[in-house]
Amino acid sequence: MWAYLARRAAGLVAVLFGMSLVTFAISHVIPADPAAAAAGLNAGQEQIEQIRREMGLDRPLVEQYLRYVTGILLRGDFGQSIMNQRPVLQDILTFLPASVELALVSLILCVPLGILLGTFTAVRAGRASDALTRLLAILGISMPVFLVALLLQLFLYKYLRWFPPGGRIAFAVGPPESITGLYLVDSALTGNWAAFWSALHHLGLPAITLAIANLAVITRMTRSAVLEILAQDYVRTARAKGLREPVVLVRHALKNALVPVVTVLGLQLASLIAYVFLVEVIFSWPGIGSYAVRAILGLDFQAIMGITLLFSTIYVVVNFLVDLTYLWLDPRISY
Amino acid sequence: MRAVPVPGEGVGSLIAVAWRTRRAAWVRRLRGNAGALIGLGLLLLLAAVAAFGPRLAPADPYRIQVVDKFLPPTLAHPFGTDELGRDLLSRTVVGARISVRVAVTVLAIAGSTGVVLGTISGYKGGVVDEVVMRAADVFFAFPSFLLAMAIVAALGPGITNAILAIGIAWWPRYARLMRGQILSLRETLYVESARALGAGDARVMFRHILPNCLAALFVQATMDAGLAILTTASLSFVGLGATPPMAEWGSMVAQGRTFILTAWWVPIFPGTAIALTVAAFTYLGDGLRDLLDPQLRSRGGV
Repeated sequence: MWAYLARRAAGLVAVLFGMSLVTFAISHVIPADPAAAAAGLNAGQEQIEQIRREMGLDRPLVEQYLRYVTGILLRGDFGQSIMNQRPVLQDILTFLPASVELALVSLILCVPLGILLGTFTAVRAGRASDALTRLLAILGISMPVFLVALLLQLFLYKYLRWFPPGGRIAFAVGPPESITGLYLVDSALTGNWAAFWSALHHLGLPAITLAIANLAVITRMTRSAVLEILAQDYVRTARAKGLREPVVLVRHALKNALVPVVTVLGLQLASLIAYVFLVEVIFSWPGIGSYAVRAILGLDFQAIMGITLLFSTIYVVVNFLVDLTYLWLDPRISY
Repeated sequence: MRAVPVPGEGVGSLIAVAWRTRRAAWVRRLRGNAGALIGLGLLLLLAAVAAFGPRLAPADPYRIQVVDKFLPPTLAHPFGTDELGRDLLSRTVVGARISVRVAVTVLAIAGSTGVVLGTISGYKGGVVDEVVMRAADVFFAFPSFLLAMAIVAALGPGITNAILAIGIAWWPRYARLMRGQILSLRETLYVESARALGAGDARVMFRHILPNCLAALFVQATMDAGLAILTTASLSFVGLGATPPMAEWGSMVAQGRTFILTAWWVPIFPGTAIALTVAAFTYLGDGLRDLLDPQLRSRGGV
């Protein structure tokens, strides 16, 4: 097992190295004038020259690359935001908790429900309810997440008034004392229940939007995984032994179906990141997505590159960890 | 309509009959697949609208008439008008052609790059294979939306660059697909016999292997066509793709989203057009996969 872990870790490092080459190329080689790109639209010639010196753009590419990578690894230097002249990393850390809270709540909503729906449709494979769920699942995958967001805003806010249209907490309530940066956790820890309810209320629309966007994929994946496992010999054996159907389903089928489902959840993180960008903009959610879109609109190149690199790294590392959970989920995989 | 081969008609007619029966079976299976049919129907509609768009549009999609702004859907303006009084039906209809062009171009870029690299990689093996596949791993490791976003930011916003960026971000899918197909086909008997008959690399590749990869490639491309439209629309939505006043669906939703509470029709109609188009491609791709993948078929059409 250790040999396997070492091999996987080496692969991870190799991929991260490759990714740094790609982002380096995007930030230092593709733009006609990288310094001008990094300095932003409104920069004067003087500023551009200063950035050219700072980024060492007159040096050979190899040296530029080494400088770029060591800056990130040793100093966490993702460049400086043009919007507010702060280090990009600092900005990201400021806005990250809001996005993490939103993503976690949406996952709590959609993962159990998706697994339940997927199992249900697999059991009923071939019947009308299954066909309907499949058609709806594809529709769910095809709906642009921003359309879902707008529809929910229209119905759940404008017509039903169930949730506020946007923002993270009521202005009158104000944010809770910051401990983790997650409002729900912070307000619960400090016993600030007014803030807790307001934060939960504001999470409603964006979290439901994200949950709907992911629900379809999880349902589809669980369905096909469970279906495949229900056809296995050991399931027939379990049934032949006289085990009750729910026991067969949960203990034998679902547990083994979790390997592909967890894999998909890991890969789904890529879409989740993209969705968060779009959803945050619509619901004025003060997270990393709103920050990124502001950066895009202001052509804040350094901030965009920092976000890309950081989130891609998180994505790769999460999927590495997902691979490791196989060892636990499926004892047959021993490598 | 299964024809029985008449004796003495020769091999040619046997093949023709076999082909006809195969086609009939295809049609039967397609008929049994409601999703694929819905998808096909919607795509034919989309193709028609894209082909005749400007002629179908009841009004000039770019004509600004501020006095008519925010008119709700009526007979005169079935989809209503936007904040500048432009007819939304006309804009949505014209947008169809933009979307089709987006899908075709993205697939052409990602597909051709991926197919060429994947083919070389799978056929040559060795160091070339290693280099191409490790590069594919790296591109695969990025969340593709983020990678596309960064590339557009470097190239400068605009629909052409957005298309190019998605093409660059997606090539590994096709490279991996092609490589996998080639690795499995390379070992088949008919390739071996072609080689034994003295066929060279290029002939084996293009006459024997490539045609047999087309089915898998076609399914992947159908599924991705919708995603290409969706991703481009999303890039437009965050301000990196099409720029106003272009009647691109994503950009129309982005422009209209602030009016959702007062004039819902402005973002909802173009948004629905995106959803239907993507769904059509996905339904069809899903159906085609069931149709072309014998493994799935034997399992009773999952």
